[in-house]
Amino acid sequence: MKHLLLTARADINESLRSRWFLIYTLIFGGIVVGLFVTGLTESRIMGFTGLSRLLVTYLQITMAVLPLFVLITTVRSVAGDREAGIFEYLLSLPVGLAAWFWGKMIGRFVVVFLPVVLAMLLAVLWAATKGADIPWRQVLIYTALLISLAWCFLGIGMLLSTLARSADVAQGSAFLVWLFLLLFLDLILLGVMTREGISSESIIAIALANPLQVFRTASMMLFDPQLVLLGPSAYVILDNFGENGYLAWAIVYPVVIGFLCSALGYFLFKRGDLP
Amino acid sequence: MIRFDNVSKQFRRTKVLNGIDLQIGQGERLALVGSNGAGKTTLIRCLLGEYTCSGKVTVGGLEARSHRTEILKRVGFVPQLPPPLRMPVAQLLSFAAGVCDSDVEQMYAVADQLGLDARSFRHQPFVKLSGGQKQKLLISVALGRECDLLVMDEPAANLDPEARHIFFTLLAGKQENAAMIISSHRLDEVAALVNRVVELDMGNVVLDDRVADQVDMESLLEVRVTLIREDSAFGSTVREWGFEQHQQDLVWQGQIAGPDRLRFLGVLSRYAGLLQGISMQPPAKAKLASIN
Repeated sequence: MKHLLLTARADINESLRSRWFLIYTLIFGGIVVGLFVTGLTESRIMGFTGLSRLLVTYLQITMAVLPLFVLITTVRSVAGDREAGIFEYLLSLPVGLAAWFWGKMIGRFVVVFLPVVLAMLLAVLWAATKGADIPWRQVLIYTALLISLAWCFLGIGMLLSTLARSADVAQGSAFLVWLFLLLFLDLILLGVMTREGISSESIIAIALANPLQVFRTASMMLFDPQLVLLGPSAYVILDNFGENGYLAWAIVYPVVIGFLCSALGYFLFKRGDLP
Repeated sequence: MIRFDNVSKQFRRTKVLNGIDLQIGQGERLALVGSNGAGKTTLIRCLLGEYTCSGKVTVGGLEARSHRTEILKRVGFVPQLPPPLRMPVAQLLSFAAGVCDSDVEQMYAVADQLGLDARSFRHQPFVKLSGGQKQKLLISVALGRECDLLVMDEPAANLDPEARHIFFTLLAGKQENAAMIISSHRLDEVAALVNRVVELDMGNVVLDDRVADQVDMESLLEVRVTLIREDSAFGSTVREWGFEQHQQDLVWQGQIAGPDRLRFLGVLSRYAGLLQGISMQPPAKAKLASIN
């Protein structure tokens, strides 16, 4: 446990010093501040009416930015460290491989998750100063969804870092994975598939398997509980899962994917050459 | 203490180690020499449990990869190329001391002995230090804790003569209780530090020999070099070794570490045409060697 905490701490400190973390923090802080300043989420007639509209917009933007950022920075730093010879030295110290791998994963998770949550808290604080009601249930579920999404892509990132032997290959693969999942979002490929006559069960199965789509649908559900925006597929989701069931799926499923990917990454890391 | 039994390693189609059989006992100081690509680094990485390999690598009866952590607690490692770590010096030392369960103050103390005030660099990223400072710090991590196996890849290459002498003295303190593996592509760089030489070529052991070296690792030699004429390039070279010009213009005097004499003679050989005489002797003793 001591080695795990030491590795996690070292990784957190390393990330806090890096430029990507600064940009990452500015982006998420900037999104929230930008949404408040420009008033994009406010009603034209009523003005600021509460946090719900802002949170939905924030989550939709986060869905586009967070996975890509997590994937690219994780694979870049882990595969890059190995390529630069940092693993050769640090793994010549008596730190356990499990402590090293999971310590890096936990350290990175803290760093990835912190700015996103701080931005949410900033929004809550601002709403509170405006005297608006805070939708605590929404805030908590959104936070859980963000944890789940971040962990999922962190796991995928750690797996890719283990598989790719160079930082460039790792980065290219990360981008391809992100692009692939983006293609299977409802608005793009699922629309084409529907038009091509693929069975609705297959389309819904793909939508339920894609962590990005799961996150997207769940975040919409909090704003639009009947999923009117989704059209007929909403019936399948609500009939089979119910609102709470789907929210539970949206939180648990990406976490499981993240664990499975990182566990496979750890297995390969432990079995192969370390530097 | 260390056994390599029929150890082979292959990267895709390239075989880097070809069934290496080697035993290294406690108190042995082994020079692992060979040209680039001979397999030295791969052998060391197999020993450190960083590479998987066929055959068996054991340290004290424990298999290197499956008992990695237990074995690495006993190993001090100095790589040839310092890693480009961005972490500050203090963080590196506390991380190393933390995972090694040792006292960070011991590491600072070794750094002090080597002439590096690590505390004054504590907030500086490791990667921003000079080559010599990085080497001193890595040596401090390796020697500033309890270990009975030292694995070093050209450890003294970036050190100034004074720091090398202190480094040799620190190694002398460990030589009775520890085994040492010192890797280099040049034997003259490490010959004085070792009592056994193993040469690798294309992944095979092509030489395994004992070295009978009577020079004490902690010793110092008084050196006096007489030139046939003045030369500014020679002057700047020997000044780096801490030499001073004698009142007579053509005589330079200074001290070198005993194990450094081959290295020093190698430097002098570049100025062979300028030399009139060289003498090396222990301080306040009769001449050991004199060429006049």
